[in-house]
Amino acid sequence: MTLLEVKGITKRFGGVLAADSVTFSLESGEMLAIIGPNGAGKSTTFNMVGGQLRPDSGQVLLGGEDIAGEPPRVIWRKGVGRTFQIAQTFMSMNVVENVQMALISLRGQTRSLFSRASALHRDEALALLDSVGMADLAGRPVSELAYGDVKRVELAIALASKPRLLLMDEPTAGMAPKERAALMQLTADVARREQIGVLFTEHDMDAVFAHANRILVLVRGRIIAAGTPEAVRANPDVKRVYLGESGVKAALAARRQKHEAGLA
Amino acid sequence: MDLALLATQALSGLASASSLFVIASGLTIVFGVTRIVNFAHGSFYMLGAYLAVTIVPWLLEFERSPLLFFAGVLASALAVGLFGVVMEVLLLRRIYRVPELFQLLATFGVVLIVQDAVLHLWGPVDIPGPRAPGLRHAVEIFGQRFPAYELFLIAVGPCLLGLLWLLMHRTRFGILIRAATQDREMVGALGVNQAMLFTGTLFLGAFLAGLGGALQIPRLPANSHMDLTIISEAFVVTVIGGMGSVPGAFIAAVIIGLLQAFGILIFPKITLVLVFLLMAVVLVVKPWGLLGRPDPAAGRAVLPEGIIDLKRFGRREILVSAGFVLALLAVPVLGDSYKIKVGIEILVLALAAFSLNFLIGNGGLVSFGHAAYFGIGAYAAGLLVTGPLKLPMEAALVAAPVAAGLAAALFGYFIVRLSGIYLAMLTLAFAQITYAIFFQWVEVTGGDNGIVGVWPSRWAGAREVYFYVVAALAIPAILLLRHIYYAPFGAILRAARDSANRADAIGIDIRRHRWLAFIIAGAAAGLAGGLYAFSKGSIDPTMISIAMSVDFLVMVLLGGIQTVTGPLVGAAAFHSVKDFFMPLTDFWRFFLGLTIIGMVLVFPRGIVGTLEAWRSRRRTEGRP
Repeated sequence: MTLLEVKGITKRFGGVLAADSVTFSLESGEMLAIIGPNGAGKSTTFNMVGGQLRPDSGQVLLGGEDIAGEPPRVIWRKGVGRTFQIAQTFMSMNVVENVQMALISLRGQTRSLFSRASALHRDEALALLDSVGMADLAGRPVSELAYGDVKRVELAIALASKPRLLLMDEPTAGMAPKERAALMQLTADVARREQIGVLFTEHDMDAVFAHANRILVLVRGRIIAAGTPEAVRANPDVKRVYLGESGVKAALAARRQKHEAGLA
Repeated sequence: MDLALLATQALSGLASASSLFVIASGLTIVFGVTRIVNFAHGSFYMLGAYLAVTIVPWLLEFERSPLLFFAGVLASALAVGLFGVVMEVLLLRRIYRVPELFQLLATFGVVLIVQDAVLHLWGPVDIPGPRAPGLRHAVEIFGQRFPAYELFLIAVGPCLLGLLWLLMHRTRFGILIRAATQDREMVGALGVNQAMLFTGTLFLGAFLAGLGGALQIPRLPANSHMDLTIISEAFVVTVIGGMGSVPGAFIAAVIIGLLQAFGILIFPKITLVLVFLLMAVVLVVKPWGLLGRPDPAAGRAVLPEGIIDLKRFGRREILVSAGFVLALLAVPVLGDSYKIKVGIEILVLALAAFSLNFLIGNGGLVSFGHAAYFGIGAYAAGLLVTGPLKLPMEAALVAAPVAAGLAAALFGYFIVRLSGIYLAMLTLAFAQITYAIFFQWVEVTGGDNGIVGVWPSRWAGAREVYFYVVAALAIPAILLLRHIYYAPFGAILRAARDSANRADAIGIDIRRHRWLAFIIAGAAAGLAGGLYAFSKGSIDPTMISIAMSVDFLVMVLLGGIQTVTGPLVGAAAFHSVKDFFMPLTDFWRFFLGLTIIGMVLVFPRGIVGTLEAWRSRRRTEGRP
């Protein structure tokens, strides 16, 4: 069965049609990128899938079940993890405690008054941190980390519930170029290994063309193109409104590099 | 009810609405630009009234003309505006960056200082003002006589709204005020002289408050309680209208004015309750008020205020704490009856302050009305032992936390739907509702005088024994609450405080957890209140007053909101100092106000926070 099917979701803010009957689907293990200029409705679409916004109309089917309009915490229980454009972590806690919070919630222990939070699920949290390369910094306060590392912690939190679907809103925003490539590679590896479907928005075309299996191009709330990276790059509409000529070259270069790395 | 009564009632409602709008417009403009909820706005209003009852009669000595009357009113308002400038330059300018709780407390410090200053300058007796020449007569409306001055007041509100609209849309200053209300940081980034803008805004705000006060003098005498009376109403108006919105304040003032005018016909005793209920309902439906907008700064990733680093006690901390507890337990053996009394009060207040910081420091929920739960506990216990049931102390001490917990469940249901300053305002509103109910329900609660004869059971009647009763309940309650900080529930509350988005995205029902936190903290405060009632032998409305809530906040702040044990130290320090100094001076409020401001400015970490900072600095310096 298709992991995620979005059917005609629409959202208006006053007179602005932020998302106009957006329709797409996503399979397990697939990475689907939503790209488009600022204000195209990427984050709106994204937040309707994640539950932060309620669509005016349309369906969001997760494994066949309509989750449109459910609050984020309910959608999370159904197997959707997410990261935010500006990383959202628990700033007063250290790295491992951040992941422990997700595990405490997963096990339904959030109202427990008697156990000691810092001792719960510690090993499991450390293993998750290890999978994103953060085990060494487990004891550090999140507030002292470099931003790239904060993003990794956020990924570990999102993975703690073993999600079927991972939503990443501009996963590499605010990161240094080297960190970006590493984080996207890490995400792609995890997604393939665990068969997680990944829906992400991104401005960095290198990241998009190197890792996405398919791409949706959103402009003023509408999908103007969808398909494989090659098809999207060749699409004249996309060239005209979004990528531009230099963008296409960058996309080509990114794809080539990825292939060479893969062959080597 | 006949038409004439309805008409005059509506007119007098509109007259109060107009007066209320004059005051609330200043409050909402100041909040919009500075993001500070200015408690001292009520003091500006009071100063306006006192200055007017001084200046206006002096002017009328020369000639009883309307011109001189209104010149006097304007002069008073201008003088208050200058006072606002002084406050901005000396105080507010230094606290724009500090957390909301500290800002609220600092402006409350000004309230206390002004209260004592007014008592010193004008004395405790109400001072009636002169009536306005030319507006002393009454007008006949539907056969009822209606004062002309009230009709004049009705016109003032819409005129002021028009003038403010012109100011906001036709002058550079007004346009900057609107811009700063929408996005203060952006205005700063555009190179606007913020210091001038803020000082100007405070002048305008204080001027409006002073004008509101000065215009009241023909209707009601200047008195030393008018600051806190008006500030609650002005808060309600700005919150319902949407903080920062002048048209919102106008609409809200009209609604409140009419609600009070007609409410008094139907429910004469509970008009205040009606007003606050309206506010609760509006906030639940529209969390930013009728015409307000969410704060653009929300959602940024910053280190939260409150408990950051939850340390476990090492051997040294355990030994020190155990030493303190043993020393406390030895008080009845070694000390006299006065020391035992102080010891009991410290234990009780420590429990209340500790439960408050469970909300503030751990949950990020700034409760400005914690005295409500303390007071409900005290009244529940007091009424059960003295009322028709004549229950023994033991049952009353069970009932106290239960009653307070139930009240917290009811209030908290609404409160947890909000956040930030709106949440703080709603906690204050519920505390004021509680105060109003206990104050006005004279047949049951004894009203202002309260009820005496709330004594412990015979076996616990001796002060030494009662001390141990208090210790046996308060200390385990504190330990239990402390345990919750470290338990998953406590950690989840911190998580929701740090990032509501993240907490929601890992499946946490934030409202439900905060609601439970309110119930727990409320019940603990209720137990403290019950114990306090028996130690005093009486109950009275001061136990629910804003002053009591502020005392709790000062204890928490003095100890340090970033620490778990801070509030205990803060309660002990505050109560000892208060107990020592209060009998020595007539100006206790003045000194308390100065202390609060001093703490906010130079000592924001509190006692325990500062000690911890010293220790960790020594540790890092000690390292090679």
